[in-house]
Amino acid sequence: MAMPEPVLHARGISKFFPGAIALDDVELALYPGEVHALLGENGAGKSTLIKCLTGAYTRDGGTIALSGVEIDPRDPLDSQALGIGTVYQEVNLLPNLTVAENLFLGRQPMRWGMVDHRRMKREAREVLRDYGLDIDPGRLLDSYSIAIQQIVAIARAVELSGKVLILDEPTASLDHDEVKLLFSVIERLKGRGLAIVFITHFLDQVFAISDRATILRNGRVVGTRRLADVSQTEIVTLMLGRQLEAATHHRAHSEPGELLLSLKGFGKGGSIEPFDMEIREGEVVGLAGLLGSGRSETANVVFGVVAADQGTAELRGRGLRITNPREAIRNRFALCPEDRKTDGIVGDLSVRENIILSLQARQGWHRPIPRAKAEEIAQHYVKALDIRLASLDMPIRLLSGGNQQKALLARWLATEPELLILDEPTRGIDVGAHAEIIALIEDLREKGMALIVASSEMEELVAYSSRIVVLRDRRQVGELSGAEISTKAIVEAIAAEDAA
Amino acid sequence: MSQSTKLPLYITLATFVLAFVLCAAQYPAMASTRVVANLLTDNAFLGITAVGMTFVILSGGIDLSVGSVIAFTGVFLAVILRETSIHPLVAFALVLLITTGFGAAMGGIIHYLEMPPFIVTLAGMFLMRGLAYVLSTESVPITHEFYDWLQSLYWKAPGGGRFRLTGALMLLTYVAAMIVLHRTRFGQNVYAIGGSAQTAQLMGVPRARTTIGIYAVSGGLAGLAGIVYTLYTSAGYSLATVGVELDAIAAVVIGGTLLTGGSGFVAGTFFGILIMGLIQTYIVFDGTLSSWWTKIVIGGLLFAFIMLQKGLGWATTARIRLLTASDARS
Repeated sequence: MAMPEPVLHARGISKFFPGAIALDDVELALYPGEVHALLGENGAGKSTLIKCLTGAYTRDGGTIALSGVEIDPRDPLDSQALGIGTVYQEVNLLPNLTVAENLFLGRQPMRWGMVDHRRMKREAREVLRDYGLDIDPGRLLDSYSIAIQQIVAIARAVELSGKVLILDEPTASLDHDEVKLLFSVIERLKGRGLAIVFITHFLDQVFAISDRATILRNGRVVGTRRLADVSQTEIVTLMLGRQLEAATHHRAHSEPGELLLSLKGFGKGGSIEPFDMEIREGEVVGLAGLLGSGRSETANVVFGVVAADQGTAELRGRGLRITNPREAIRNRFALCPEDRKTDGIVGDLSVRENIILSLQARQGWHRPIPRAKAEEIAQHYVKALDIRLASLDMPIRLLSGGNQQKALLARWLATEPELLILDEPTRGIDVGAHAEIIALIEDLREKGMALIVASSEMEELVAYSSRIVVLRDRRQVGELSGAEISTKAIVEAIAAEDAA
Repeated sequence: MSQSTKLPLYITLATFVLAFVLCAAQYPAMASTRVVANLLTDNAFLGITAVGMTFVILSGGIDLSVGSVIAFTGVFLAVILRETSIHPLVAFALVLLITTGFGAAMGGIIHYLEMPPFIVTLAGMFLMRGLAYVLSTESVPITHEFYDWLQSLYWKAPGGGRFRLTGALMLLTYVAAMIVLHRTRFGQNVYAIGGSAQTAQLMGVPRARTTIGIYAVSGGLAGLAGIVYTLYTSAGYSLATVGVELDAIAAVVIGGTLLTGGSGFVAGTFFGILIMGLIQTYIVFDGTLSSWWTKIVIGGLLFAFIMLQKGLGWATTARIRLLTASDARS
């Protein structure tokens, strides 16, 4: 099929970071009226490419042509003025201003040297109607849902740029219906002849909305495909550079060891109903259930994040009281929380400092770990977990999501815990890192560590759990072990309560 | 602006009206034009200072230097009028230039050196106070016929209240500030920076120009307040107006402006000033209460208003959560 001239044509884009090649001779061509997905594992170079296109980073090589004219944007504002607008997962608008003020900030309609609020509101209403929104633009942005804020951000970006729209993980914090709303807006913009770059981790969404996809791996383009011509498997294979192992069936485990922790009637009023749980060395206890069923609450009460107000706990047959995480850590427990951004990583500290953080905390701050020792520990785990980074000294916030998650795991592994609690270890990371973390969990289990893993992905739990505790409405409603374990059995256990 | 952002403003207004009615019920004389006129005259310099402070706090900053700037302005005017023969109007222009430039310089340091406003303006506070001492450590009287003429300007209202020039100047400042904040791009940028400086910059707000402008406004208005203060006291004294910056901050917060920036109205500050003035007037009328009660009541009010903002914040998040939940269900 004959293609018109590309709106945006980037050729030979290269970007080097100290000790790493982030982008190597990357080519990207966008045609008017197409949605072009940009795919790749964490760290493949998607964000770096976007930053080079919008001028957030200075590229080290290559040319960018917009409508046939070479451009060299200094910063995102500049690229916006040239015609390339960007919308991020976190809405980059001002919640304390009204919708109209956000749309028109910096280019307010003026009348006699004054901002004409009435005209601004009227025009805002008209603009938003084009995006399928019929809302009051005089209200604060803050009073609308994230999805609507996202669309307002898109409207602003498009009104200001008008040729290319880059959507960086726009659906990450939206629910199903909101995604549909957003997609309808994307369809409209497509109809207007915009070229849209769509970055996401959700492959289903890629196939639902995109026309073509460019796949990056290790900073190189490994292929550009028309999505109508390829399968999901093919795309994933391109992203990973290898066949994805089907990690969804239950495999035999080696025999578990001694009883480590035994909880009886353990619970906390208002958080999780009393439950019994036993966990042995070399065992993975999976916590399954729907969102809000009490998975995280169970993990938190075991670790003492919320102190249990009933029941008893025994560690290797001796009585144990855990009222706060510090006591849990002293007893060689470790918890990787669900939200790594807010509860886990310390963004500005180096990878090395982040990895030894918990170990240092357990030792006490008056006995600092020598630099050489810290280096050695960090190096060991970076290697063991295959954390991809340029240097141990780089701030951890510069790592990609999957690598941050692995560094967090490294932090707790460095304390050599006997019981490791993981809360949603694979949330928000891409399919490659996903498989690696699953492999890691299995590896730790085989080495004799006891693990409790809470996850919303049943296939994943089925793959590595020795036993699965099923939760519903903050209550344990079933336990599966050995050959009983299957996604079907979990679903049945969750649903069984409904019948009762 | 929507209903929810204006709520603190309405509460401040209601507080003032209620307090005034209660005062007038106890001392009917307090409802006279004489008291109202004095309320404006006595608080003119503080009111003008608080306007500048509103700009600063709306942008998420703070300006601790204004009290010292007022004292400096007073001493500067007194000394220059004593030592030279220049006309007070020229002296006014000169001092406004100095204070505006001083504010702009602080804004520049805050922006370009990425220093916290607290530290920069604290340094500015010591600097200006020190300069005032250097000019004179004594109270210098101002005697000039132009001053006498300015002080003699007033409009006598029925009931004997004398509305003086300084009070009018304060009202004018408020009107001008309202127009600037809500009807100019600069004003919109002040709110934008207060919401999130980083996001505002990404959206194209000229951050350097706006920050410098904000502190220049605050410095310039502190200079104007200093001029008003000399008209009020007919003297310049380097020990005067210690702690006025804190009174101004209190007025802004009582007026419903969020200390974290981005939300509030200059009209609220006006009623914040009136509430504080009213408490003082009440204590004068009562006659038995120590004047320190002013501070105690202001402390209590401040606390109440901070709690109120916290409560409104919670209410908003709860409402949004509810909204999102109902969106998800539908």
